[in-house]
Amino acid sequence: MSTAASPGARLHRGRLDRVWTERPGVLGWLTTTDHKKIAALYLFTSLLFFGAGGVEALLIRTQLIGPGLHVLSPAAYDQVFTMHGITMIFLFVIPMTTGAFGNYLVPLMIGARDMAFPRLNAFSFWAYAASGIFLYIGLAAGVGPNAGWFNYVPLASKAFSPGHNIDFYALGLILNGISSTAAAINFIVTIFKLRAPGMSLNRMPLFCYAFLAVSFALVFALPALTLCLVLLELDRMLGFHFYDVAQGGLPLLWQHLFWIFGHPEVYIIILPAFGIATSIIPTFARRRMVAFPLVALGEVLVAFLGFGVWAHHMFAVGLSTIATIYFAAASLIIVIPSGMQLFAWIITILTGKPVFKTPLLFIIGFIVFFIIGGLTGIMVAAIPFDQQVTDTYFIVAHFHFVIFGAAVFPILGGLYYWFPKVTGRMYHERAGKISFWITFAGTTLTFFPMHIVGLLGMPRRQWTYHSGLGWDIYNLLESLGSYLLTAGLLLIAANLIYSRFRGAPAGPDPWGGDTLEWSTTSPPPAYNYAVIPKVSSPYAMWDKEDREEDARRLERGERVLEGGHETPASTVLDAEWDETLDMVSDSPHPILLALALALSFGARLLGHWTLALGLLALGALVLFSWHSVEPEEG
Amino acid sequence: MPELRRSARGPTRAAYPHARRLAVPLTALALLAGGCGNSPSTLRPHSRPAREIADLWWWMLAAAAVVFLGAIVMLALSWWRRGRPGLPVFGDRDDIARRLVVLFGVLVPLVVLIALFVVADALVVKDTGAPARGSTAMTIEVTGRQWFWTVRYPGTRAITANEIHIPANTRINIVARTADVIHSFWVPQLNRKIDMIPGLSNRVLLYANQIGRYRGQCSEFCGLEHANMAFDVDAETPAAFRAWLHREAAPATPPATPAQKAGADVFMNDQCASCHTIRGTSARGLVGPDLTHLGSRRTLAALTIPNRLSELREWIRDPQHVKPGNKMPGLNLAPRDLDAVARYLEGLK
Repeated sequence: MSTAASPGARLHRGRLDRVWTERPGVLGWLTTTDHKKIAALYLFTSLLFFGAGGVEALLIRTQLIGPGLHVLSPAAYDQVFTMHGITMIFLFVIPMTTGAFGNYLVPLMIGARDMAFPRLNAFSFWAYAASGIFLYIGLAAGVGPNAGWFNYVPLASKAFSPGHNIDFYALGLILNGISSTAAAINFIVTIFKLRAPGMSLNRMPLFCYAFLAVSFALVFALPALTLCLVLLELDRMLGFHFYDVAQGGLPLLWQHLFWIFGHPEVYIIILPAFGIATSIIPTFARRRMVAFPLVALGEVLVAFLGFGVWAHHMFAVGLSTIATIYFAAASLIIVIPSGMQLFAWIITILTGKPVFKTPLLFIIGFIVFFIIGGLTGIMVAAIPFDQQVTDTYFIVAHFHFVIFGAAVFPILGGLYYWFPKVTGRMYHERAGKISFWITFAGTTLTFFPMHIVGLLGMPRRQWTYHSGLGWDIYNLLESLGSYLLTAGLLLIAANLIYSRFRGAPAGPDPWGGDTLEWSTTSPPPAYNYAVIPKVSSPYAMWDKEDREEDARRLERGERVLEGGHETPASTVLDAEWDETLDMVSDSPHPILLALALALSFGARLLGHWTLALGLLALGALVLFSWHSVEPEEG
Repeated sequence: MPELRRSARGPTRAAYPHARRLAVPLTALALLAGGCGNSPSTLRPHSRPAREIADLWWWMLAAAAVVFLGAIVMLALSWWRRGRPGLPVFGDRDDIARRLVVLFGVLVPLVVLIALFVVADALVVKDTGAPARGSTAMTIEVTGRQWFWTVRYPGTRAITANEIHIPANTRINIVARTADVIHSFWVPQLNRKIDMIPGLSNRVLLYANQIGRYRGQCSEFCGLEHANMAFDVDAETPAAFRAWLHREAAPATPPATPAQKAGADVFMNDQCASCHTIRGTSARGLVGPDLTHLGSRRTLAALTIPNRLSELREWIRDPQHVKPGNKMPGLNLAPRDLDAVARYLEGLK
């Protein structure tokens, strides 16, 4: 196995170490192209933004704990709830799932040594970090985005929002979209071309199917967002009239473009969570997934069908009945691929011999919340019911069960699950279980009463409410729930921080995991695998003979590829060895390009067009010299 | 739901220990159905479309509860049988497990979804769509503005704000427009909501099967005071409605007392008149609500505060304190002028 310390293995590992070692220290972090270090950067940055979005949530819940309070002014409340949405979606969940989990695990699971484009990967991170800082500079300056994350015009047009608030939103999200697009393209190429020889598409872990589906969804959805943002900025900065009804523009154009992006976005948020669930379930249920092909198909179908349902966000705008009926039907159809996956997870657990450790508990919490959020999702595909409850707290309840319950719970479970792999240490199991129950109770208490208060007629996005409408008690419960939920999340953080330093050594495979990442050391070396692994099923780690064969090959120096930053490229469908790639090494170019772009956006926001263009030219220069520093041949 | 309430409290609880576990959700359900006194609850409908939507909700809730409990039972079973692989009756058979996934994940949902689609999106939807031309007895035009509602009765001179008087048991065609950003017109107990979009005239049916007051509120985020953009629908007997409409269409009552006369002078000569209209006077501003019969309204600032002399005075003195962000500035009137204006407006019955 990989821990073997025979002289042959030591010799090859020593060579690989020398080839793959990056610059140490802070400068090393700024120039790294190692997908695991970039994932760590994504992890800590997105956790930081999770904290910020959480504080915003607590401010909202504290303002609404009782009727008629003045914890926040209306102006502050609007910025806080807008930034809460933007932060949780664009700066936390997506960077956390694709950036941290995907970056760390996809190359490991497919037996590759890095992402296909390591420098593009680093650029994705720095552009993302810059977009987050950009948005928060707006908030810190008191001109944060304030028209909701959905940013409907004409409220967001110059006439009704003359300040820079919306410019921070539009430019920040364009930058964020550049980062996500780059990341998505990188995943698609990595998953198609860098799978270890032998991992044909039907032997690829379900986790990677989820990321493949998400990446395609991102590539096709983001242009709609970028387009509607660019049109908005043209309106706001140069006096165009795309959305101005007085000049023949169309306010509903924004809604269509935004939701053409925005609904696939929902599946972009949730699919990686499905991927995490399909990793954790077989490991702890001690069996292979039931109906593997249906689950893989379900993941891809959800991402695909998600493009055909956008106008179900617009049932109250006065579309023709026939249009609303189409979108309702399309929305209902998505239940089928979701249901296939749901029951495959449940029946896998049922027919296995499940061990209810913390990661599996979080996945069970996820399943419970996903059922609730899914059922309310079916309800709002009933057009008349949607027209009644849309823009009320019923919807807030629905999508928090989906996004917090069904996307964040797998993230939390995943943090526990892969913690031993990333740190080499075990977390505290008992504290982990307690943290699950507190988080589960907190989530239920925070979000469940929102269904009721929505049915009682409370609209969303209001900074205060009157007493005597039957809403007080539910708002109080929700706010108390949010404090309980915070306690649970802090306990998770405390557990992981403590265990990082004091946890028991984990060894390479503490769970008996099913996928390749458990075959390498914890934490994995810079080159991931000393030998390009042999793969003959989606549960590579459970194929003992293959892993023993890897160890023998290392001894013999076969498939070690120690001549440089080398990794094999394989054919798209059957994963036959195609060629051996020379990967690029660490470089300062990615961070410089991100910096030039962000500064250029800042200059544009302040109206310094010449400076903005100059910075863009600087960015082009960086791109031009992208490959000027290449790795030396080992 | 009287049966549910009884089962939640009744003496049977001791005899059936499970009733205790059911008590909490059932009580919650009962509360939900009732709502409390003034709650604008969608589950206390007062029109046919609102009732159909509420009924739809209860049926969907029942079906959802079955699905949810079924899934929970499966999860509970998996914990119960954690030491034993395979399915309870069928044993360790992968082909049966796969078929169960198809049954529960594809076939059962397919049946449920088709039923839901037919009922909700083919049948109920007919009653919540825009009313057919000629099917309504009268039209009322409601225009959303940051952050109040202008209400016009076409064919009359009546213009009011934040109070929509209607005859009960009468089909009314609401034409919903906006003067600025997107708003949404919603009276939960009477019908679904309809957005007010620049450039569009959307229509929705308004109908109340009982005399009473129904609370409505803007339900599309429209800026700073989205929270304080509510209105009342007052459903009255046809005779009371006709009398109200007659009064509302008339020009303003001239000031009677010396204080009111002084107030009218201040109103016309200071900035008030540049934003507000009082029909029958020189005040013709169009920024704020029409104040012709302000004295007869129940509330100020779109249901933010009650319409009493003290509140009215406080509102004119410092509107930004009462409803932060609204478009009315504090005018720094001298205390005497302030009192006079308030008394003048109070007298506009």
